[in-house]
Amino acid sequence: MVMKVDPSKKWSGPVRSYDIIKEGVIAVVVVALLAAGLSLFFSSPDEKAVTLKSWALTNAPDFVQTATGELAGTTTSAGYGAPYNNAAKGPTLGPLKLQDWAGVRIPVDPATSFVTEPLAILNDPAANDAVTAWKEASADQQGKWATAYADALGKATDAVSVADTANAFGPVPEMVSALLVMAKTGALDGALTTSDTPLPTDFTKPLLFLADSEGYFGELAAAQHLGGDQWGVMNETGSWPGQSWLWLFSLWYQVEPFKSSGNADTLVMTLMGLLTLCLALFPIFPFIRKLPYKIPIHRLIWKKWYARKL
Amino acid sequence: MQPEDLLPDNQPAYVASWIYVFGVLTIASFVMLIATGLVLTLEGPAWWHISSVGHFWNSMHLWSVELFFVFMVVHLWGKFWMAAWRGKRTATWVTGVIAFMASIVTALTGYLIQTNFDSQWIATEAKDGFNAMGIGAFFNTLNTGQAILLHVALLPLAVGIIVVWHILLVRRKGVVPPIDNDATIEGGAF
Repeated sequence: MVMKVDPSKKWSGPVRSYDIIKEGVIAVVVVALLAAGLSLFFSSPDEKAVTLKSWALTNAPDFVQTATGELAGTTTSAGYGAPYNNAAKGPTLGPLKLQDWAGVRIPVDPATSFVTEPLAILNDPAANDAVTAWKEASADQQGKWATAYADALGKATDAVSVADTANAFGPVPEMVSALLVMAKTGALDGALTTSDTPLPTDFTKPLLFLADSEGYFGELAAAQHLGGDQWGVMNETGSWPGQSWLWLFSLWYQVEPFKSSGNADTLVMTLMGLLTLCLALFPIFPFIRKLPYKIPIHRLIWKKWYARKL
Repeated sequence: MQPEDLLPDNQPAYVASWIYVFGVLTIASFVMLIATGLVLTLEGPAWWHISSVGHFWNSMHLWSVELFFVFMVVHLWGKFWMAAWRGKRTATWVTGVIAFMASIVTALTGYLIQTNFDSQWIATEAKDGFNAMGIGAFFNTLNTGQAILLHVALLPLAVGIIVVWHILLVRRKGVVPPIDNDATIEGGAF
């Protein structure tokens, strides 16, 4: 006998006894024991945070190169655009200026925020004079100095300074060298985190500066298989599981056309938004809503029920 | 809704499968996340770096979230293959999807406030996604203080409300019956 079931009506067929409180308590105990067991056996990762100080001490040439890049306006932060600055128009989706619509709400001018402002509070007359000379120069002159010094550093191997034999670098070497000294003492970390408030909870500036590094921060991440081409944010340091639920998000960055697109973030975020909407709307998609009938996994789920009816 | 709907002493006879366990296990994991999270609030965000006791509770919190998502995903797939939206249960399905998404954002903020290298890297990577949509102007992944407050207060509250809403819908509509005949296919979502 086949029992006709109307899923919208309150069930009036056979029932079995059920204790929802007991079920809930058992579930919490089981999860608590599982979590405790996993914690005792596997613990959790804790790779120590890095700082501008550790960067300057570990890879001074990269620090100097990046700081010079901030002055030259060639780093990622310097050319980022909203919400930090107006250096670039953000990516768009067709006519939609998604990155720019909210404007500059977290102002960061890397040359000023990462270099000249911290040096201004340093008790170093030579560095202070260099900053004054920098500020008095035209933007064009600043660019020429910083670019020339960046090029010279790039040609030298692992150099933290290059002699200004052609008198082409202006105050840049003095500024960058002073910033390196400041970073090695840890004072630059303090200067960047306390520039807006004396009790910092916002690490936007030091993290943006660190993220501009090509030879330190990114390499540490790659060594921990955290790079964007290594499934990035879904991974965890070491061998622990990370945010594996972000696998689909990470997947798109590994395949074309997203992989080589300069607009990948906008495309992936939009795609994931649409896919999420589709997931919510499964019940009204004609093909998808009928999949459970065409692939009868429900026969396994309700195996006992179907067997009982026969 | 009647009291017996909230705390039933019986269930339809077809509610007899291991798949049903994963819904309650997801809720149990959420309870564990709140409990272990509350323990972690006692000594502040840096506690677990300097204390073996704090590190243990951080591990409990981490593994609870891993279990939470495993159970939730199995629950979601189970409900899909049961076509659990049948019989005017579309809202139950949608609130489940919203709970899933809200949980992902909550988990992300948790990873942002680890105050270690992982959190620094995730913050610098995730900012580009949010900035690309203009969301980063308001939710700054590099602002640890903002992420802490969102993770400890606002987002768990939001997830909790959505989960309670989801459970109330399940209790009000009852557990979806087995797929028995063609009439239930046409009866579908509405």
